[in-house]
Amino acid sequence: MSFSWAKPYEPKNPFMRWLDERLPLPRLVYGAIGGGYPVPRNLNYFWNFGVLAGIFLTVQIVTGIVLAMHYYATTDGAFTSVNQLIMRDVNAGWLLRYAHMNGASFFFLVTYIHIFRGLYYGSYKAPRELVWMLGLVIYLLMMATGFMGYVLPWGQMSYWGAQVITGFFSAFPIIGEPLRVFLLGGYAPDQAALTRFFSLHYLLPFVIAGVVILHIWALHIPGSGNPTGVDVKSEKDTLPFHPFYTAKDGWFAAAMLLAYCLVTFFVPNYLGHPDNYIQANPLATPAHIVPEWYFWPFYAILRSFTVDFILPAKLWGVLAMFASILLLFFLPWLDKSPVRSGSYRPVFKRFFWLLVIDVLILGYIGGAPINWWRVALGQAASAYYFIHFLVILPLVSAFETPLPLPISISDSVLHGEAAEAAPVGQKAPRRGSTATAG
Amino acid sequence: MATKAKSAEVPATADSSGDGVRRRDFLNVAAVSFAGVGGVAALAPLLVQMSPSADVLALATTEVDISKVQPGQGIKTQWRKQPVFIRNLTPKEIQEANAVSLSDLRDPETLAQRTKPGKANWLITLGVCTHLGCVPLGIGEGETKGPYGGYFCPCHGSMYDTAARIRQGPAPKNLMVPEYKFTSPTIVQIG
Repeated sequence: MSFSWAKPYEPKNPFMRWLDERLPLPRLVYGAIGGGYPVPRNLNYFWNFGVLAGIFLTVQIVTGIVLAMHYYATTDGAFTSVNQLIMRDVNAGWLLRYAHMNGASFFFLVTYIHIFRGLYYGSYKAPRELVWMLGLVIYLLMMATGFMGYVLPWGQMSYWGAQVITGFFSAFPIIGEPLRVFLLGGYAPDQAALTRFFSLHYLLPFVIAGVVILHIWALHIPGSGNPTGVDVKSEKDTLPFHPFYTAKDGWFAAAMLLAYCLVTFFVPNYLGHPDNYIQANPLATPAHIVPEWYFWPFYAILRSFTVDFILPAKLWGVLAMFASILLLFFLPWLDKSPVRSGSYRPVFKRFFWLLVIDVLILGYIGGAPINWWRVALGQAASAYYFIHFLVILPLVSAFETPLPLPISISDSVLHGEAAEAAPVGQKAPRRGSTATAG
Repeated sequence: MATKAKSAEVPATADSSGDGVRRRDFLNVAAVSFAGVGGVAALAPLLVQMSPSADVLALATTEVDISKVQPGQGIKTQWRKQPVFIRNLTPKEIQEANAVSLSDLRDPETLAQRTKPGKANWLITLGVCTHLGCVPLGIGEGETKGPYGGYFCPCHGSMYDTAARIRQGPAPKNLMVPEYKFTSPTIVQIG
């Protein structure tokens, strides 16, 4: 799309030519995910996760539309419609429901890997700032969608999740409580909340799909990044998306779908909570209430504020939790190092892995019951999260001496070895020796 | 795709010396076919969820007590969520039905064919017009029975006689007689 050597769409079939002149949709697809999109030839497996996220979005939309055919969005009927009608009566309903439930987890899993790929390889840096920010918008929409979807079965965790999450808004002074009541359409989650959550849970995935198109559109202006972070310089640096990356994405998608099937068929409830198989009871909160695993790190940040300091602790927790994501919008300006890839940034690389460990710790703390040392550890990990982005990253990018970058992508791929440049199955003749059959 | 042309030859040349067919072509065709079969298989649950579930199919028989239905009366009941008309015909209505010559009928059937032996007064049909599925009038008290004394469909004007056979209007068939049996002189099991 963006490179001069990108192959133009040349339909051979007369019908496709006819269509192309009137509605160049096949041309758009060819240029976006076909042979007309040149991609750096050195992408590693971390570059597969965007496509995977797209696949899981599709899985969620398809299974979700089908589940909505059988779901009752009423406080009387929701729990029964999910746990009796869908799980027992509807043909293959159990499969569709488990596929949707675990599809959400896998969607978040691959998205997290996709985000950390971006963090390590500097995918947020110029000229891809908007790609990064649109990605964050997708992520925020995913969180909203995931939360509202979790409310729909109207089990205990659903109900108390709705209560707690909407409770975030009550932290804001003056407008907080009226805002919460407005969002719920009542003083506690009830029919009005359930119906609007269902409506929005159906709508938002299509909004996500729309932003995904913008995300890909913005990406295809500069073209995909790559593990060296070095810009594409010539045709030698790229391969057409199809068949090279369609094949690689295809095989990796199959591998990931296999893992998804293993979980869906053999441990479908492993990532869920047993309490959600108890119908919502507005008069009793489950003893150990935690969100789904993909929200644990944020939940840990929320719970880390235990003392009032100028503002109430409750408000600090909510602000910090929102800030932990909003912060990422400013990443392109917090990390000013001109070197994109963490592979050539020895100091950055170490801090990157510390951040990964930090987020894993936050995840553990967010999912575990509260006690004194977990609160302390969660506070330290929360503090480090913000220090990483606000202090360490700007300092590292100012003082770090990066390693020398390769001259070009093809140069980094070949390592100067002629043999690696030869087509598969053939050996290039080595200099100074006679080529023998073998 | 670079290998597309050659891929197509795989089945034809697989048994020959193998010239022109590379290992990669085979892998390519095998992988894409496997993914295709898997994709089609994944559609199965998305489609079967639409068909009636077991609890819906379980409604496929209904027992009705007809002891209170006097000659000249009828009742409306439900079978598979569809209306069923059970009518106790008077001797006059039976006579009217038998007087019609089969050649005058669009869907020729005698009253005897549409009832059980010895129970010619019990006319049991679906209350679903065979035109486009409306519920005809004529079973409830005070409803018009139409010019043929049976049923009259208000949607598009189909008229049925006392044996619920189509006589005039757009409907192609007589009102359908469901499968049923008398489990006792006063109990009918439909379905």
